[in-house]
Amino acid sequence: MTATATSRLSGLPDSPADLRTFLHGLPGVDKVGIEARAAALGTRSVKTTAKAQAIDLAIRMVDLTTLEGADTPGKVRALSAKALRPDPADPTCPPVAAVCVYPAMVPTAAAVLAGSGVHLASVATAFPSGQAPLEVKLADTRDAVAGGADEIDMVISRGAFLAGDYAKVFDEIVAVKQAAGPAHLKVILETGELATYDNVRRASWLAMLAGADFIKTSTGKVGVNATPPVTLLMLEAVRDFRERYGRQVGVKPAGGIKTTKDAIKYLVMINETCGDDWLHPDWFRFGASSLLNDLLMQRTKLSTGHYAGPDYFTLD
Amino acid sequence: MSLFEYAPAPESRSIVDIAPSYGLFIDGEFGEAKDTFKTINPADEEVLTEVALAAPEDVDRAVAAARRAFESWSALPGSERAKYLFRIARILQERSRELAVLESLDNGKPIKESRDVDLPLVAAHFFYYAGWADKLKYAGLGPDPRPLGVAGQVIPWNFPLLMLAWKIAPALATGNTVVLKPAETTPLSALFFADVCRQADLPPGVVNIVTGAGDTGRYLVEHPDVNKVAFTGSTEVGRQIARSVAGTGKKLTLELGGKAANIVFDDAPIDQAVEGIVNGIFFNQGHVCCAGSRLLVQESIAEELLTSLKRRMATLRVGDPLDKNTDIGAINSRAQLDRITELSEIGATEGAERWSPECSLPDRGFWFAPTIFTGVTQAHRIAREEIFGPVLSVLTFRTPAEAVEKANNTPYGLSAGIWTEKGSRILAVADKLRAGVVWANTFNKFDPTSPFGGYKESGYGREGGRHGLEAYLA
Repeated sequence: MTATATSRLSGLPDSPADLRTFLHGLPGVDKVGIEARAAALGTRSVKTTAKAQAIDLAIRMVDLTTLEGADTPGKVRALSAKALRPDPADPTCPPVAAVCVYPAMVPTAAAVLAGSGVHLASVATAFPSGQAPLEVKLADTRDAVAGGADEIDMVISRGAFLAGDYAKVFDEIVAVKQAAGPAHLKVILETGELATYDNVRRASWLAMLAGADFIKTSTGKVGVNATPPVTLLMLEAVRDFRERYGRQVGVKPAGGIKTTKDAIKYLVMINETCGDDWLHPDWFRFGASSLLNDLLMQRTKLSTGHYAGPDYFTLD
Repeated sequence: MSLFEYAPAPESRSIVDIAPSYGLFIDGEFGEAKDTFKTINPADEEVLTEVALAAPEDVDRAVAAARRAFESWSALPGSERAKYLFRIARILQERSRELAVLESLDNGKPIKESRDVDLPLVAAHFFYYAGWADKLKYAGLGPDPRPLGVAGQVIPWNFPLLMLAWKIAPALATGNTVVLKPAETTPLSALFFADVCRQADLPPGVVNIVTGAGDTGRYLVEHPDVNKVAFTGSTEVGRQIARSVAGTGKKLTLELGGKAANIVFDDAPIDQAVEGIVNGIFFNQGHVCCAGSRLLVQESIAEELLTSLKRRMATLRVGDPLDKNTDIGAINSRAQLDRITELSEIGATEGAERWSPECSLPDRGFWFAPTIFTGVTQAHRIAREEIFGPVLSVLTFRTPAEAVEKANNTPYGLSAGIWTEKGSRILAVADKLRAGVVWANTFNKFDPTSPFGGYKESGYGREGGRHGLEAYLA
């Protein structure tokens, strides 16, 4: 571990052995209990004015994403235009938080988004597997930032994490953070591959200790993506981390959140776990694509009293 | 004011049609009684309806009806009795929304609990015991277990319909007939259940419901033609019943008070333990005989745990029981509110430190903010007496042995909770706890297949599961 990294915050573990002791000393997570709590929060009834408020907030929190091999400049331009003005029929509809694309598409998106206030996120570090040499990952990151990305979504080496080599994961995050320079760093834990809640808690703390600005659940490229209990656990982690070290870190669930109903459940979870400080696009994002149109449909339904068909919302 | 306020989300009460008055349900018919009393909604003190006050002669009629019905009911093949129970269970499921709203109106409990906990468990109990009705010979209670006769059953106000189910389902499955007296402050769901019995074409007299107060209950349990008494309620009344039943040959089960220890070890999953503590004491406004009302926390993590607990308590929503987002509803009665208030004041006077989150309580109705007392010792009355309200006493311990000692150092022994990530410790500690139910890394979990009952002053006999059959068979 690098000295510069460990001196960033006071009271940090300062050797690989310490780091391991620290992470393994975090309280365990009871699977049944956390799943029950997440399910219970999912039963909150959010209606009328509260629902309208929640929908607008959720729209403002969307990282509108396209991460396909088939992405083209045309596709990315269309998506970026949508990010700026999600509902062309309604100028009161807020823009989304960011557009999220592969590094090769960053310049294209940047051209559309420049000066708009909508952020430009790029996945980097050999997304989604992270199985590449560090130099490749750093070059990937620098390219994205040079192209205009102001947010970097990196993946951790799950292989190293599962092998118990926490220091390697830590050092990589520190290096990527350095390569990203002024860009905000979101660290993707790929919770579906970490498999246990204990691992998710440890990986969350590891990423935060290494300097993550955001912790993110998933790439969207494996079988299990964001789930309510995993997100709840990460919200608990950022809450506890700030209490301990005084630094606030954001949370981004990604993959599989498709409906307004789901999105509102996540907002309830923030509200009752971390409170007001995280109810802002600076501190919570949804990594999603199809979610946005459902939010728009529900938004129109609330304001007009009618459901409009899917053809009244743009497909991009 | 938080950034994200939930708008009111009230469940409609129009699904329940409450009549202006209710008589006694005897021999399959609703009949009049001389006297009546009113039942109110504890959330706003509004009168819901008038209910018959059963006099001794009414109880006589009810017991006589149950006696007449016993002959043919007990002679039915178990598979035939099961059909009625299955039918009742299905009707309860079909009417669950209506009954959940009714229960919240009469009791004050939040709709989310009556809807998601009470009613599903009520139906599950009938389904479960329906399954036993034709298998009694294989229950391990002898080759030919026989029903006892007429069961006199007296139930409390904290889970009115659920306690009814705990009593009536095993009684009917085993071939007994029933006279049941619901609590004075919560008679309505039992009267609606009478209607469910009629809907299910249950033969007249098999289930009789007599509403009233303490005197009605006393007359019922002392009735000479009752063969079996089942009571859930306070230890004080349970003692009187045990005295009056002694030497009569009646079979007796008592499910009484509790002062459960919820033990949190330093290696517990903290966030889930906090949920368990909240669920243990604030579920159903703490009106739970097995509530985790004594938190025993290992001293080395006490401060951290209490910080988390207080933060969590600040998110509890107290108010309109019919609002789907309400976590804590109304205290069931003025009398209970007075008792909670009094014991809490004693707690503060005796030197424990009292804390409640900021929360605004409605002006009308009976309300009590969720409260914890820290710095409580074994000598404090709030550590020894059952408060039966949303009030938690927090004590600390240093070693597992001390935790066990303190947990057992109570006249009660209904339930206990253990929080630790260490499986071997769960087994070792559970083995030493003198409590009928021990929950590990959870609390207040109920299931019809699991026996429930107490040690010491928490009562005797078991309800639920195969064990629950024993109380109704000879």
